Amino acid sequence: MRLKKGIPVIDQGNKFGFWGGKFGGNFVPETLKRPIEDLEIQFNKLKNDKKFIFERDKYFKNWIGTPTRFIKLHNLTKHVNGAQIWSKVVSDANGGAHKIYNATVHCLLARRSGKKVIIGDTGAGYAGKMLSMAAKKFGLKCKIFMGAKDIERQQPNVRAMKKNGADVIPVYSGSQTLVDAVSECMRYWVANCDTTAMCVGSTVGPAIFVRICGWSTSQISRELKVQLIEKFGTVPKKLKLYNCVGGGSSSFGFWNEFMDYDKKQVEFIGVEAGGPAKSKKHAAPLTYGSKIGILHGAAQYVNQNSDGQIEETESISAGLDYPGISPLHCFLKDTKRARYTAASDEEALKAYQIVTKYENLRPSLEPSHAFSVALKEAKKLSKDTIVVINSCGDAYKDKKILEKKLGKKYVKSN
Amino acid sequence: MLNPISQAFKKSKKENRPALLTYTVAGDSSKNQSLEILKSVSKHADILEVGVPHNTPVADGGQIQTSSYRAIKNGIKMNDIFKIVKDFKISKYSKPIILMGYYNMIYQFGENKFLKECKKSGVNGLIVVDLPWPENKIFSKKCKKSSINFIQLLSPTTSYKRLKSITKDSHDMIYYISMLSTTGGKLKVSPKKILQNYNKIKNISPKKNCVIGFGITEKTISKFKSADGLVVGSQICKEITRSLNNRQNPVINVSKMVNKLKKKIS
Repeated sequence: MRLKKGIPVIDQGNKFGFWGGKFGGNFVPETLKRPIEDLEIQFNKLKNDKKFIFERDKYFKNWIGTPTRFIKLHNLTKHVNGAQIWSKVVSDANGGAHKIYNATVHCLLARRSGKKVIIGDTGAGYAGKMLSMAAKKFGLKCKIFMGAKDIERQQPNVRAMKKNGADVIPVYSGSQTLVDAVSECMRYWVANCDTTAMCVGSTVGPAIFVRICGWSTSQISRELKVQLIEKFGTVPKKLKLYNCVGGGSSSFGFWNEFMDYDKKQVEFIGVEAGGPAKSKKHAAPLTYGSKIGILHGAAQYVNQNSDGQIEETESISAGLDYPGISPLHCFLKDTKRARYTAASDEEALKAYQIVTKYENLRPSLEPSHAFSVALKEAKKLSKDTIVVINSCGDAYKDKKILEKKLGKKYVKSN
Repeated sequence: MLNPISQAFKKSKKENRPALLTYTVAGDSSKNQSLEILKSVSKHADILEVGVPHNTPVADGGQIQTSSYRAIKNGIKMNDIFKIVKDFKISKYSKPIILMGYYNMIYQFGENKFLKECKKSGVNGLIVVDLPWPENKIFSKKCKKSSINFIQLLSPTTSYKRLKSITKDSHDMIYYISMLSTTGGKLKVSPKKILQNYNKIKNISPKKNCVIGFGITEKTISKFKSADGLVVGSQICKEITRSLNNRQNPVINVSKMVNKLKKKIS
């Protein structure tokens, strides 16, 4: 299995949509073959269409607000006393997280194809919130599928979705989290694909959704590359990019532009959700060696039992609480381009406390996982190493959990 | 010699009616009860579809999901499913059996080992909901080698060109999904329109047995008498749930329901 240079990773799948010959694909009911093919034709045409890219960039710039900040965390750098700690503050984006890029692109595609309704899944509620924002912006009706358990623990985002006029549909099946929300959303699409567009909230699902999402979030690394050159005159000799990995959309987008660099120069570190320290459950299929299986239309490493039933996950962060992982990350793991590890709930909480203590930055529980590993590893790294953590979400949505776990004093009210 | 599935269609054609296919989930609500249901249903139905429960189904509606979760919760495993089929096939009630499920269950079991167990237990056909054509070409060839019918699915979104290619690669039986829906959806397309699409398929390949599924219930079944076969699934699963909730015996109730269904198309 080899990663090719000079070809975008999203375009390295074979004719059946398999990366490395075995990850991804289109394991979908016959009914969805046609709408997926239609979307493939549309996307393949538009991704190289100058007018469409101009349109995308216009909304990215004027509406989402690009570029998001790239800042040095001076106090943390001093505290760690090793590598330089920087952050790409993607939570600056309109809506407060990277999910806005994918949502915007899907709405642009839906509008062009004449669809009036767009549906989407959500875990932490960001994908749903952003889709509801974009749908409102582009005049589409919006339905969001969300696990009942997630609705309970991510109320601020639920309120935002409703405020944007979206129907939030609670999903009570199975574990009542993201995995079930995605299943329910796909089922709804099966029944309504003639009138409705679907947006999968991460780089998961049938191959075309993986590609569209990866293409959209790559905005993050396009900006970062420019910003690195502005600050350092060049892409630094020792650069390490840390990102949390749930489905894998923010990490893929954070890395994509640097894919062709030697990993000795630009290293990618993906941090999965290890779950509570005392629990055997986790959401870290790459770290803990899960077997390849089929989930939501794609072959990937996925938590499952020996029979092939998908296993329940456990994580404090709803956005990482997914038993599978993008086929793109399976591919990056097996080609050894990226390295994957996990942080536990407790480690993520601790990292959140450290970051908020030293910096005026408030990463949500998802990027707190990445901070945890980055800060630990940075201690042992040389001063000329540039560590960048993607702070891809804001902790406002986690207020309830943080108050419960840490007490009110840790939760800034701004 | 004709395979048992084709024989079943031949027999129903002789009786001038569509074949009746039922769908129940293996292990719903227990291993033993699902076997008893198969035995009792086989008195009236011609071919029995046995669902392999999976916990992330992307095409099943609420009724079948409920049945599947119940079966999984009660600990059903792949080997139990083969055992149920085997016990059914050696009983005096034996009828053709089609296993229906999602590809991950086959993938984890191993394609070759899965087919070997199918053969050993007496499975006659397979429907794999999320393994569409052309991705299923290799597996469907393997099925043919094992004398197991791989049943291709067609839907209203399938283009004419695709219809032709798929039917060409199909075995003796094909399954037409009546409308854009998960299983158990209300019939939202007129029977006339559904039969028009059905006839399109029959014109392309008149010799293949084509069944219609999704939205077929006691209320709607008599409108599709001209089809080769009709599948009822969600309504039966619903009846099992209803019986359990009312502390009644699902075996008796389901058998009654299937008997009624049969009468409506006879």
